[in-house]
Amino acid sequence: MNGVHDMGGMDGFGKVEPEPNEPVFHEEWESRVLAMVRAMGAAGAFNIDTSRFYRETIPPHVYLSSSYYKKWFLGLEEMLIEKGYLTREEVAAGHAMQPGKALKHGKFDSTQVERIMVRGKFARPAPAPAKFNIGDRVRAKNIHPATHTRLPRYVRGHVGVVELNHGCHVFPDSAAMELGENPQWLYTVVFEASDLWGADGDPTSKVSIDAFEPYLDPA
Amino acid sequence: MSEHHHDHDHDHSELSETELRVRALETILTEKGYIEPAALDAIIQAYETKIGPHNGARVVAKAWSDPDFKKALLEDGSKAIGTLGHVSRVGDHLVVVENTPARHNMVVCTLCSCYPWEMLGLPPVWYKAAPYRSRAVKDPRGVLADFGVSVPKDVEIRVWDSTAETRFLVLPMRPAGTEGWSEEQLAELVTRDSMIGTGFPRTPGAPS
Repeated sequence: MNGVHDMGGMDGFGKVEPEPNEPVFHEEWESRVLAMVRAMGAAGAFNIDTSRFYRETIPPHVYLSSSYYKKWFLGLEEMLIEKGYLTREEVAAGHAMQPGKALKHGKFDSTQVERIMVRGKFARPAPAPAKFNIGDRVRAKNIHPATHTRLPRYVRGHVGVVELNHGCHVFPDSAAMELGENPQWLYTVVFEASDLWGADGDPTSKVSIDAFEPYLDPA
Repeated sequence: MSEHHHDHDHDHSELSETELRVRALETILTEKGYIEPAALDAIIQAYETKIGPHNGARVVAKAWSDPDFKKALLEDGSKAIGTLGHVSRVGDHLVVVENTPARHNMVVCTLCSCYPWEMLGLPPVWYKAAPYRSRAVKDPRGVLADFGVSVPKDVEIRVWDSTAETRFLVLPMRPAGTEGWSEEQLAELVTRDSMIGTGFPRTPGAPS
C-alpha cells in the first residue's frame, strides 16, 4: 500500500539524531510489547508479513506521531482482535471474558524462548527456474497494490541491474494477506542514484533493494 | 514525556495511558492462555543481556584476523558465522558487505526496521525513525554528516535497503596501526554504527 511507512526519498523529516548510550528500551512497557509480538507470532497467531501490514494500516497521522513500540502495540492489538484472538469488549474491560482461540503452535511458554532467538527460515524450494541472471537489466514494475508489498515507491518504474540471487523465499505480498507462502525468487537489484533521483541525487551513490521476481520486468 | 521520572517505582496514578493499555493486553493474553509472563521476561532478558553489537564485533574481528574466514563470510554470512560456536546463533540470509577504499556500504530499511538483530541487537531509535529511513537512500552523505562522518567523494556510497528477509552487516575496514592485535583487542574497536555503515571503527589509542 502507498502508505506513510514507505518513506524512502521523502523530505522534511529533519536530521538524524543518534542518542549517545541509548538503552535497549526507554520504558518498561516497550519491552513487554516487543515480547508479546514475538511470543504471539511464535505461537502462530500471525506471520511477520501480516504484522508489518497491520502497522502499515495505522492511520498516517497516528503512524507519524507514535513512537516505534507504540506502533507495534497498536498493530498488535488490532491484529489480534481482527483475527479473533480477543474482543474489543475484553480490551475495554482489561480482562478475558471468554476462552482463548486455539493457537497453531500452542501456548507460548518459557520452554520456547530459545527457539525464537534465531530468525525463522524464509527460503523455500523453487517452483520454477529463476527468470533473471546476475547482470541482467530489470525494470521495477509500476504497481500500486492497496495491500502489503515490499516494493518501495521510489524504485517503481526504474531500471536496475541484478546483482545477487538469494534463492526462492516466502512472498510477503501473499503471506501478509494469508494467501499462502507463494515462494518467489529474490534478487538484490542495484540502481544508480541518478536514475532514481535525477540531478537531485548523489552521483557517487548507488541504492539496492531486495526485489521478488513478480516485482520485475526484463529491461 | 517532559516530566520523565527515572524512579521506576511508579504508582498507578503515574502510569500513562499506553502503559495501562499494554498491561491490559498482557493480562488478557495471559488469562486466555496464549502466553506466560515468565516467557516474556526471558525474551526481554535475552535482548537486554545476550544479544548486542558485541556479537557482530567478534565476527568482524575474526574476519580482520583470518583471511579464510573472511572469504567464507563474504560468500555466505550465515554459514560462516554458524561455524563460530561462541558467537550468537544466527539464522539464514545474513549477507556481509565489505567496505573497501573504493566503496562504503550503508544499511537502511525504508519500509520498516529490518536489521540484523542477532549480530547487533535491537536497532536504535534513529534507525527506525523517519529522518534516517527517508533520507538514507536519497542523501546518504547528508545522513553521514549527521553522524559526523565524512567519506571521500571518490568513494562510492552503496546503500542497501533491507526490503526482504535478507539482513545486511557491514564489514568495516580494519583500522591502521593494529598489526599483531588479537581478535579480542580488535573487537573492542568495532562499533555498532561501523557495522551499519553510519560510522567507522574506533582508532587505536583514541578514547572509546
